[in-house]
Amino acid sequence: MSATRLKYFQTGSFAAGNRLVDPDQRSVQSDPGRANAITCGHRACQGCGEALGARYALDAAMRATGGDLIATNATGCLEVFSTPYPESSWQLPWIHSLFGNAAAVATGVAAALKAKGNTHTRVVGQGGDGGTVDIGFACLSGMFERGDDVLFICYDNEAYMNTGVQRSAATPPAAYTSTTQAVGDEPGATWGQGKSVPLIALAHEIPYVATATIADLRDLERKVQTAMEVRGARYIHVLVTCPLGWGAASADSIKLARLATETGIFPVWEGEHGDVVSVTKIRHQTPVEEYLKLQTRYRHLFLPARREDIIERIQARADRNIARFGLLEAADDDPLDLQVEAGS
Amino acid sequence: MSSGTRTTPFAITLDVGSSRANLTGSWRTERPQYARLTAPCGAGCPAAEDVQQWLYHAEEGGYEAAWRRIMERNPFPAISGRICYHPCETACNRAQLDAAVGINSVERFLGDQALAKGWQIEPAQLLGTGGRVLVIGAGPSGLSAAYHLALLGHHVTVRDMAPAAGGMMRYGIPKYRLPREILDAEIQRIAELGVDFQLGAHVSDLIAERAAGGYDAVFLAVGATLPQRTYIPAGSAARIIDAIALLRNAEDGSAGPPLLGRRVTVYGGGNTAMDAARTAKRLGAEESIVVYRRDREHMPAHESELMEALQEGIKVKWLTTITEAGAGEITVERMELDEHGYPQPTGQFERLGADTVVLATGQVSDLSLLEGMPGIELEDRVVRVDGNMMTGHPGIFAGGDMVPAERTATVAIGHGRRAAHGIDRWLRGETGNPEWGLHDSASATGVGPVPQTAQVPFERLNTWYFSDAPRTVREQLDAIRRTSTFDEVVLGLDEANALFEARRCMSCGNCLACDNCYGVCPDNAVVKLDPPGAYAYAFDLDYCKGCGLCAQECPCGAIEMLPEPI
Repeated sequence: MSATRLKYFQTGSFAAGNRLVDPDQRSVQSDPGRANAITCGHRACQGCGEALGARYALDAAMRATGGDLIATNATGCLEVFSTPYPESSWQLPWIHSLFGNAAAVATGVAAALKAKGNTHTRVVGQGGDGGTVDIGFACLSGMFERGDDVLFICYDNEAYMNTGVQRSAATPPAAYTSTTQAVGDEPGATWGQGKSVPLIALAHEIPYVATATIADLRDLERKVQTAMEVRGARYIHVLVTCPLGWGAASADSIKLARLATETGIFPVWEGEHGDVVSVTKIRHQTPVEEYLKLQTRYRHLFLPARREDIIERIQARADRNIARFGLLEAADDDPLDLQVEAGS
Repeated sequence: MSSGTRTTPFAITLDVGSSRANLTGSWRTERPQYARLTAPCGAGCPAAEDVQQWLYHAEEGGYEAAWRRIMERNPFPAISGRICYHPCETACNRAQLDAAVGINSVERFLGDQALAKGWQIEPAQLLGTGGRVLVIGAGPSGLSAAYHLALLGHHVTVRDMAPAAGGMMRYGIPKYRLPREILDAEIQRIAELGVDFQLGAHVSDLIAERAAGGYDAVFLAVGATLPQRTYIPAGSAARIIDAIALLRNAEDGSAGPPLLGRRVTVYGGGNTAMDAARTAKRLGAEESIVVYRRDREHMPAHESELMEALQEGIKVKWLTTITEAGAGEITVERMELDEHGYPQPTGQFERLGADTVVLATGQVSDLSLLEGMPGIELEDRVVRVDGNMMTGHPGIFAGGDMVPAERTATVAIGHGRRAAHGIDRWLRGETGNPEWGLHDSASATGVGPVPQTAQVPFERLNTWYFSDAPRTVREQLDAIRRTSTFDEVVLGLDEANALFEARRCMSCGNCLACDNCYGVCPDNAVVKLDPPGAYAYAFDLDYCKGCGLCAQECPCGAIEMLPEPI
């Protein structure tokens, strides 16, 4: 997999593939032989960002490990839509136990492999934001602290979507959920800022932490590849769109993830051993309103009366991310920013 | 006690199943479909070049394939790559992103490559049914018609009064815009297809010539070569010449270098005025001033021509008319535009030094050849034709500057091709579609069933996916140097730049095989075809849920969502 931003080749490296470059410079997803870790027939909604994000991440992990991979899964959409007994969509060894213990199960799998002297099979734990940020948080923190040889991936769609869109600790301020109704002076989620598990993971000083979205495929694949080159506890937090819970058109799933990064609402960065080492720069800075107005979970900010105060607060949070992570500074230290000359 | 027969329980741990048993295609209310839509560049090309398609080849470095795609429509890539006003670039969607793709410069690169590498077009096998066609006028329209007629298997004779072929490309467009070796080389390629050139030959009686030569059809492309005189009260010592005569004289030189004097005033605001002013400067005039009665906004000259002229030190007096010409001096009057944009006199006069006044106030066609011919209809001093380019006289076709259309070389080239196919159809006893009009899109009325699909608006593209890439600017000869010589002003692109420029194409409405649809489908319902079929991919409708992500994330707008048939 290439870690190179290809410039001046029409779609450069923004699209999945590119007929003008060698196959080894294209994404894993453009490979006709990709693992398709989640195969067809799964019951995810139309345009599901989590189904897409999980396939992106696991296909990259499968390529990085030559298919020698075991996945554990928390309860949540991803588990439910992929495995209605006795059917399974998974094209790799996969285990689900409880909502809160996916990280602990992953720890156990890694320990068992070690006990058997297997040093080649790798372990990925995965869950949604509910299973990671709320219910599975203690197990995850323990896994980090013990330095277990697991890559844990959180697919964050910002609420408990599977059970009917209840608020989680990852639900952003002012968003409607079925437990944070759009009523009163402070409609939607009133709890302030949510919880940033990537920053908490960074505070554990584990070898590798990254955030990513389904809108930047190459970046996500590179981060999974990087994570698989490292041993010990690693964490990747992927923003995935939920058309159902966010009240968005299914065709807009990737666009919304893109807007989340281009507005500064969701900063994309990677860290090593407690320090942020790189950030993905904003390419076309966009006001948060462009992101908010495509989602009915924010409709009460525009109707019946425009809530300028709340929109400004959300913009201020985005601006803080931009300043804090340097999302607008010159992009010369982008690790993908190695220019390939046309014609070479 | 049991009866002794053991029955198997209804189910003991189910066998492993795959979710592939669940055909999620049944959820769908809309289905995706690949499309090939008309890119605005091709729709905007008067010569009906399929620009997006030839750029596609150029993007991969397939220069010869790209050149051959151009040659299907236009026999003059190296010429057009220099003199065309590129309406393709005006239409280009990329202009709304950063700057239009430099289509014209890539075309020139391809044309020059063809000349350098000696790429040739194979002559047609002459068919038994080949007709005999007389083309009158060896300008862009006549030559284009001759080329396409020859490729369609007809015997073609081209006749022109001038000693060399090219028409206005030779006698109107100065060398610094179109070097003559380029012009000669691209005309030579047409001669090599077996077209018979009769130069320096006048035609006076069309019907008699047609009968004597046994020509089944005639294509008239005599251009617009007569100056449209503007009356200026002038003293006997005033020196007034026509721009078209100046340009012709500068080309053939038979009358010796034109005597212009030190100060030249060019009257008019079109491209010919720019050419005349720039040529006067090159012929030694110290001052070359354009006098135009309206303002810059209303000037018919193309912006690039004006810019190049200004860079060369040409001055323009806007909102000014010449009221009188005398010896070494003219009187001009300031004008004002009324609310309709027409200039109105103000009564304010001024004197300017001018040794020569060059009139560039338009040209008209010499239609004396058609006098008294039955069926011919004129319209505003040009000849009326139908969508097949045929005049009201059966078998007599016409195109280029002598028919009602914009007067540019590229329009003329397009007319030539349409006329060639019109003549071919007519000779085979077929009629064209009676609904075609002269101004219908050339691609819609050309040869073969080219479906006229909707053009791709900018909004249909997902421009996020295109690399930020500024347009390559063609180098220009140093302004000082070029005012004293007739060297070519605008230089070409080298290969790296041409490739870069071609790769800025956003492939509007046509798949560029970027694999994005294949990547973004959450249901793995896009299949990569190897080898590609009609398209590089297909949809697996057993599993496609109709979410529309593929269409939304297609960079070039080549996927449509259609309501699911019920």
